[in-house]
Amino acid sequence: MNSNIFVEMKNISKVFGSVKANQNVNLTVKKGEVHALLGENGAGKSTLMNMLSGIYSPDGGSIFIHGKEVKFNSPKDSIKMGIGMIHQHYRLVDVLTAKENIILGQKGRFFINEKKLSKEIKDISEKFDLQIDPDKKIYDMSVGEKQNIEIFKVLYRGADILILDEPTAVLTPQETEKLFKIINNMKKQGCAIIIITHKLNEVMEISDRVTILRKGETIKTVETDISSPKILTDLMVGKSTNLSIERVKTKKTKSLLSIKNLVVQDREKVEVLKNISFELSGGEILGVAGVSGSGQKELCEAIAGLYPVTSGSITYMDENIVGKTPRQIIKKGISMSFIPEDRLGMGLVASMDMVDNLILKTYLNQKGFIINRKPAKEQAELLIEKLQIKTPGVYHPIKQLSGGNIQKVLLGREIELNPQVLITAYPVRGLDIGASHTIYDLLNEQKKKGVGVLFVGEDLDVLMELSDRIMVLCDGEIKGIVDASKITKEEIGLMMAGQKYDGEVS
Amino acid sequence: MVRMIKRADITKFKSISIRIIAILGALIVAGLFIKLLGHNPLEVYKSMVLGAFGTQHRIRQTLIIAIPLVITSVGIMIAFKMNFWNIGAEGQILMGAFLASFVALNFPALPKPLLLTLMFIAGIIGGGLWALIPAMLKVKFDTNETITTLMMNYIAIKWITYLQYGPWKDPKAMGFPKIADFSQQGQLPKLFGIHIGWIIAIILVVIVYMFLHHSKKGFEITVVGQSTDTARYAGMDVKKVMLSALFISGGICGITGMIQASGVARSLSVEVSAGYGFTAIITAWLSGLRSIVIVPVSILFAMLLQGGSYIQTAFQIPKAAAEILQGLILFFILGSEFFIRYKLIWNKKSSKEAK
Repeated sequence: MNSNIFVEMKNISKVFGSVKANQNVNLTVKKGEVHALLGENGAGKSTLMNMLSGIYSPDGGSIFIHGKEVKFNSPKDSIKMGIGMIHQHYRLVDVLTAKENIILGQKGRFFINEKKLSKEIKDISEKFDLQIDPDKKIYDMSVGEKQNIEIFKVLYRGADILILDEPTAVLTPQETEKLFKIINNMKKQGCAIIIITHKLNEVMEISDRVTILRKGETIKTVETDISSPKILTDLMVGKSTNLSIERVKTKKTKSLLSIKNLVVQDREKVEVLKNISFELSGGEILGVAGVSGSGQKELCEAIAGLYPVTSGSITYMDENIVGKTPRQIIKKGISMSFIPEDRLGMGLVASMDMVDNLILKTYLNQKGFIINRKPAKEQAELLIEKLQIKTPGVYHPIKQLSGGNIQKVLLGREIELNPQVLITAYPVRGLDIGASHTIYDLLNEQKKKGVGVLFVGEDLDVLMELSDRIMVLCDGEIKGIVDASKITKEEIGLMMAGQKYDGEVS
Repeated sequence: MVRMIKRADITKFKSISIRIIAILGALIVAGLFIKLLGHNPLEVYKSMVLGAFGTQHRIRQTLIIAIPLVITSVGIMIAFKMNFWNIGAEGQILMGAFLASFVALNFPALPKPLLLTLMFIAGIIGGGLWALIPAMLKVKFDTNETITTLMMNYIAIKWITYLQYGPWKDPKAMGFPKIADFSQQGQLPKLFGIHIGWIIAIILVVIVYMFLHHSKKGFEITVVGQSTDTARYAGMDVKKVMLSALFISGGICGITGMIQASGVARSLSVEVSAGYGFTAIITAWLSGLRSIVIVPVSILFAMLLQGGSYIQTAFQIPKAAAEILQGLILFFILGSEFFIRYKLIWNKKSSKEAK
């Protein structure tokens, strides 16, 4: 076996329940290479890497590290083989210093040889040109610094295969640039680096080869040099889908929601929405495209009054609703449903039954202290019939329903509220084709009724077929708002990767 | 290698059989211990039961222990439902007792129904306000409620001690550090030989059950306990829900204080709470935070306490040994909860199962 091949994963499969997360996935990573894993959400990137780092064990296939077949029982085994994973969410102890975090969990010595340790840290620092302050406490550090410590930690453990899970998701552009320098240094030192991302421009900039995953399968591995964002997008989203979705013709009514110069900062004071302006009219579906984490969640939550707005205005029917409480906004007729990765998120209470989840938003309109569950029960039965929700009964905890049925409960409830503006994010996440179409029909029905629908989606095909206009977000900025019938998928893909649309703006 | 795996689901039959095995295990291990002390385990067990339920008098004694456990558990449960770890019931009981005593000692001549009603309300206010302090700290500064509620206990204990030795010391007690007894009007009447705290307890269980399952506030508390994000999303004022829930939780614990002072001690002292605030945490958990289940669990627990003290005299078993018995039984029962929630898997088997 070629000693330059550090990682070889052959025919890997992994099944969660009824979901095939990985199916015959193949991946080869060489020494001194930055290998990008590209794919949409749910394509199976994280699953694959979790198997490489020993968190999951594969159901089928084999893994070779440095040419030797391995079976990992725990992350410990994989660390021993020189694999280090830098997770999206850092695993550092806040109250300890950088140095303490680095040696944390190391076996062997009871006493710490301070001198030796300082020297080791200095050596690594110089070797990779990775500057850290060993005596600084973690809670004093910026996100970028914390990430450096995470990287340092795995290097200190002697890792030569590094996995970075969406490392730039939380970084500023400047920090990203620094990170790429470090990655290049590691590459020079002969490490193999796997980077999970869905930002195309970063893939083009940093990687040598790209492996594209779609729906749990490897589509292709290509050399970055001879590829382009366009080729990658095509591979990532898949050329053609044979489902056609009706785009209902309606008359646009007056503007319902008008957002002007909206700026939103997260807790770290990083701007997650940068000066966003757009209008949403009644009787239209405005699609929102963008790689995940481009500000979609913050946009939805800001409109619903759940995320603090730094500046700018959100005008609903001639009234600025910035600063209103979520309750007031619900009452005005704005309804938000966000389906997060874990499906349940904030819209529903997992351990409660359907009836209790339905009254979650209406119980306040009842008079007195006592809740009357009877109307909700009837409503639940109605929804079960109308949306074909599969459940043993209205009093069954919804966490035991399948993902699709949970989503139907959530969206069904929001629609039953008869909103004027319906915000829905990833409503078909993880659904099969049939269930997805039920949801599209629901959205179209709302559109016909004159409701303004803001539809945050992942699947570009669906977005293009269903929406009237598409707004593309990248890194918290609007890269273009375009007519869905006149745009190509490639153009959207380029905007998602950060290029400004220079054609006709809708 | 053994691994723990969280059970997704467990059948009723299995969870009950795990509990029965745990109780049997406890009896066997405790039996060995009794044997070691030179007694016949079966005899000791028998007299534990007889000590708690053998005569009418003993049944009454057991129920008198069960009453504060029931009420306090129900109070704590409301906070626990909201994922607010109120460890401060002990202090809330004492402060409820304190305010109730304040009323009893200052207006001893009021007509009985009026005085008792006032004392009852004072108890709620005392306990409620005491619980409100850590709740405010949590809401304002996001402090850890486990620590603040715990610390508030010690403040309450020392405050009562101060009163007992200082300003409230009964001059008629011949220098003995004790607070004066309540007047006849300030003492809870009896029904069937037990102070009417048992009726209050039953009513409270029903009210709390209705409150949690059928009222808006109860619904909000449950939602906040499940996820504050969802609560916010649904338009609830999470802070307000937290504050009011804690006032109710502490207020109910304060009722315990009023009942213990008025019905049992007939005065105020630090012994009024007698550790019920801590024991009730266990009973609330063991009942799975279900208000109705709290009643039998508390009675069984009272039996354990009462029977434990009975065997001390019957068998000349030292107090410490009796407490070890109680501890062993408790250990097994609490331990069984672990096996209900998790199952252990041997590594070899698990890799096969995964395939």
